[in-house]
Amino acid sequence: MTTSELQFDAPADPAGEGPVLQVEDLHVSFPSESGRVRAVRGLSYQVSPGEVLGIVGESGSGKSVSSLAVMGLLPSSARISGSIKFQGRELIGQNDAELSKIRGRRISMVFQDPLSALTPVYTVGDQIAEAILVHRKVSKQAAANRAVELLDLVGIPNAAERAKAFPHEFSGGMRQRAVIAMAIANDPDLIIADEPTTALDVTVQAQVLQLLETAQEVTGAGIVIITHDLGVVAGFADRLMVMYAGRAVETGLVDDIYRQPRMPYTLGLLGSIPRLDVGEKQALVPIKGQPPSLTDLPPGCPFAPRCPMVVDACHTAEPPLFDVDGSAEHRAACIRTNEIAATDAEGAEAAVEIFGAEVIGEPQVAKVPREQRETVLELDRLVKEYAVNKGVVFKRRVGTVHAVAGISFDIREGETLGLVGESGCGKTTTLMEILGLQKPMSGEISVLGTNVSAIDAKRRFEIRRDMSVVFQDPMASLDPRLTIHDCIAEPMQVHGYGKDEINRRVPELMRLVGLRPEQLSRYPGEFSGGQRQRIGIARALALEPKLVVLDEPVSALDVSIQAGVINLLEELKSKLGLAYLFVAHDLSVVRHIADRVAVMYLGKIVEIGEVDSVFDTPRHPYTQALLSAIPIPDPVKERQRERILLTGDLPSPANPPSGCRFRTRCFLHASLPPEKQRVCIEVEPPRETQAPDHEAACHFAQIRQVL
Amino acid sequence: MTVILNEGDSAGTTGAASGSPVDAAPEPGKAMTRGRLVLIRFMRNKLALVGLVVIIGMYLMAFVGPLLSKWSYDQQDYSAFLEPPYADHIFGTDKIGTDMFALTMRGLQKSLIIGLLVALISTTVAAIVGAAAGYFLGVADKALMWVVDLLLVLPSFLIIAILSPWFRGKSWFLLVLMLAAFQWMITARIVRGMTLTLKEREFVKAAKFMGQPARKIIAKHIVPNMASLLIIDATINVGSAVLAETGLSYFGFGVQSPDVSLGTLIGGNAESATTFPWLFLFPAGFLVVFVLAVNWVGDGLRDALDPTSTRVRRREKKDTKEKAA
Repeated sequence: MTTSELQFDAPADPAGEGPVLQVEDLHVSFPSESGRVRAVRGLSYQVSPGEVLGIVGESGSGKSVSSLAVMGLLPSSARISGSIKFQGRELIGQNDAELSKIRGRRISMVFQDPLSALTPVYTVGDQIAEAILVHRKVSKQAAANRAVELLDLVGIPNAAERAKAFPHEFSGGMRQRAVIAMAIANDPDLIIADEPTTALDVTVQAQVLQLLETAQEVTGAGIVIITHDLGVVAGFADRLMVMYAGRAVETGLVDDIYRQPRMPYTLGLLGSIPRLDVGEKQALVPIKGQPPSLTDLPPGCPFAPRCPMVVDACHTAEPPLFDVDGSAEHRAACIRTNEIAATDAEGAEAAVEIFGAEVIGEPQVAKVPREQRETVLELDRLVKEYAVNKGVVFKRRVGTVHAVAGISFDIREGETLGLVGESGCGKTTTLMEILGLQKPMSGEISVLGTNVSAIDAKRRFEIRRDMSVVFQDPMASLDPRLTIHDCIAEPMQVHGYGKDEINRRVPELMRLVGLRPEQLSRYPGEFSGGQRQRIGIARALALEPKLVVLDEPVSALDVSIQAGVINLLEELKSKLGLAYLFVAHDLSVVRHIADRVAVMYLGKIVEIGEVDSVFDTPRHPYTQALLSAIPIPDPVKERQRERILLTGDLPSPANPPSGCRFRTRCFLHASLPPEKQRVCIEVEPPRETQAPDHEAACHFAQIRQVL
Repeated sequence: MTVILNEGDSAGTTGAASGSPVDAAPEPGKAMTRGRLVLIRFMRNKLALVGLVVIIGMYLMAFVGPLLSKWSYDQQDYSAFLEPPYADHIFGTDKIGTDMFALTMRGLQKSLIIGLLVALISTTVAAIVGAAAGYFLGVADKALMWVVDLLLVLPSFLIIAILSPWFRGKSWFLLVLMLAAFQWMITARIVRGMTLTLKEREFVKAAKFMGQPARKIIAKHIVPNMASLLIIDATINVGSAVLAETGLSYFGFGVQSPDVSLGTLIGGNAESATTFPWLFLFPAGFLVVFVLAVNWVGDGLRDALDPTSTRVRRREKKDTKEKAA
């Protein structure tokens, strides 16, 4: 570590020289079928050395395009005007050869998808060495050594060994580390990170953010971090710029914007995030409608069609950025900022007030005590294993993947169980086992009191009527060749509904999920992600099921759209008395929607119980780590929070650790004396009751508050 | 192949962003069925309609034409050898005095039926076998793929040649079956591969979990999503079936004299193309027009079935602009 630090220049004095990057009145447009798309329209910002600027906005708001313009990576069809000055030097108009000297050397970029950012045919070490060799005259050996040091710096264990590995042998988190290592290889003055954590698991997300912070400390570079998630940047960024329709609509210091947002769009964004740290039911603010098309924007404020505070004056001219609250730092592009300032509430509460969001009530059946309600789904020690085979002609079994290793839970009528865990923990396998309705390898699955092991095909078909599923990816879950009408009608056709009944019920379902029945003869391709997810929900409700299995239903959606879908799910539950099995990796969403939560790790449930009890007083170290990894959209709280960082990645389920499966990454285990550690290694912890409706599987369970 | 598979989702977002209504529902609340929608979209494609009219026209001509002509294909006019087209023989005559119009029409009858049927049968078999193998996997996959591999290794030309004497004099349909039997294998392999990826898509899983039986999933979700491939394959097969039959006939199998097909006519008269062009140009011209028309119809069908295709829409937009001007 010491050797690598020597090779970086001392971090520049933030007060010196002036901004690293200065963007003035940047315009970018692309040609398209329906006219020029004006992706960025007059954007100005600057980044000082050592400063972290967060750029936030929905997809299509121009945030990525503006940073690609800085890198000079836009396609030649793009028309760019304005000024981009890097350390006082104009970048626009420079040719590719000149820009190449700056790119990777002085400005570097971290991309969203670490898999496609690395070349699959070269080793990771070679790729990092290449980044050095391109810009510096050093020997190949020296570059290779430096690559190993960099990998070590970004926290990859056995760096010398791993440098020889290929990208596919790395997990997602490790790949992103390698990409960051490459980005800081030449001690850049500016790092642009484009959604660096979006493709990663929450635990890994926390690690990567921490790493970016380290990278910034080591290189003293300015960082531009682009994200759609206000939570991610709350604790990390110094200043924030909110973008909408190709323009900055609000800029300012992070604390000011979170506490006193002055533009309705920012308010909406803040209000649409479910909070992990709020126990009582919180109203989520959905922002209605779609971002405008950037080809022919109407005059006036581009947010006006979606704004709850819109007045006639909004349609006449597009507001420039005004200084608000008498500070030159905080600026917002809204003519009614003073009225927003006049409301007493702060942050997200103001959003609820202005957007008029309401808390959705509990279903009738929730008033009945849990024990007296009907059990909709029950799993008893469910096991699912996959054989690992080798050989082409004679297959021999060389191992077993224990995807699900004996899990039990039940769901009662009108209840939502959230199933959470990292990717690879067996959530999806569990779902597929439940939905498959086949006899499990071991253990039992009962749906509405019927054990699926002992039923014939006819009964299985009948059960399918009571259980339906909503998938994660709204793009893939609807057949692109069927009209919406046919998509929603399909389950009813399968279960023998009459034609008239189907034709009556389909428009009814469309209205139920908040879509217009006139759109029924369109194809899924013409709808946005949020609308498609609504169609998926309509299809799931077609047969009036008792249980709906939701496989990450909102994780592929933009934050503002996500709130609308969550609200819809809650409304439907309260109206129709549905029971949900809600699989997610986003714990904030689970806290918002679920009544009970089960935390899965490597095929086992480590903690299960009533949602507030689990979130407020987590007993299992894994739950604690998961919770502490979730960013809270509140800069003050976020900076004070103590973060439990898990080391390493999920062990392979083909070869799980003995005893407690979590012990290899457990901070509690590491802190125990050796004789207690032996218990963890030798004995598998049983699930024990810790509090009413709260069980955890840890030998040394203790409460630790992490929110 | 992935390109075809991804059409659906890649175009999705852009389509949504522009939000242009493709087909305004005629009455709100009452949705059109897929069949009707495809028909409407197909009818909008002018070129495809022209193709369809041409094909129907050719059928009519091939079967009605000979009835109107005073010459028959097995009848010679000993007063006119190798005559260029004139009033009595509108397509001219060949070297033994047979009327070229009668010959071409007779050939057209054979080739139209052989071409279309072979293409239809082989593509259907390919779709069913490939999708079934890919969907069910296991024993079904092994068995079907074994058949595919076997047929791929067997020299098809030799087998048809050997069997030809046996079905001489029997129905022409046997020849069609034989030709089709050796044309579907490669497509079936491609279809199997595409099915493997389609099977993992969530809408297929959704159908499975709602209790849709396997054969319906294949018919409703898997095959329609490969429509682009299958239609292109079928249109290519039309041409290659006519050519395969030509090859067979040239070596004395398949269609035998005095019966003729477009293939035998083209094959037999190719060397006269420059000296007595009417012998060659009329049959060849009909073949070209036929294959072209099939291609237009195929393109139109593909665009009509493909919800992301914008060609149907764009043309309409232009129409409205013209009307406005």
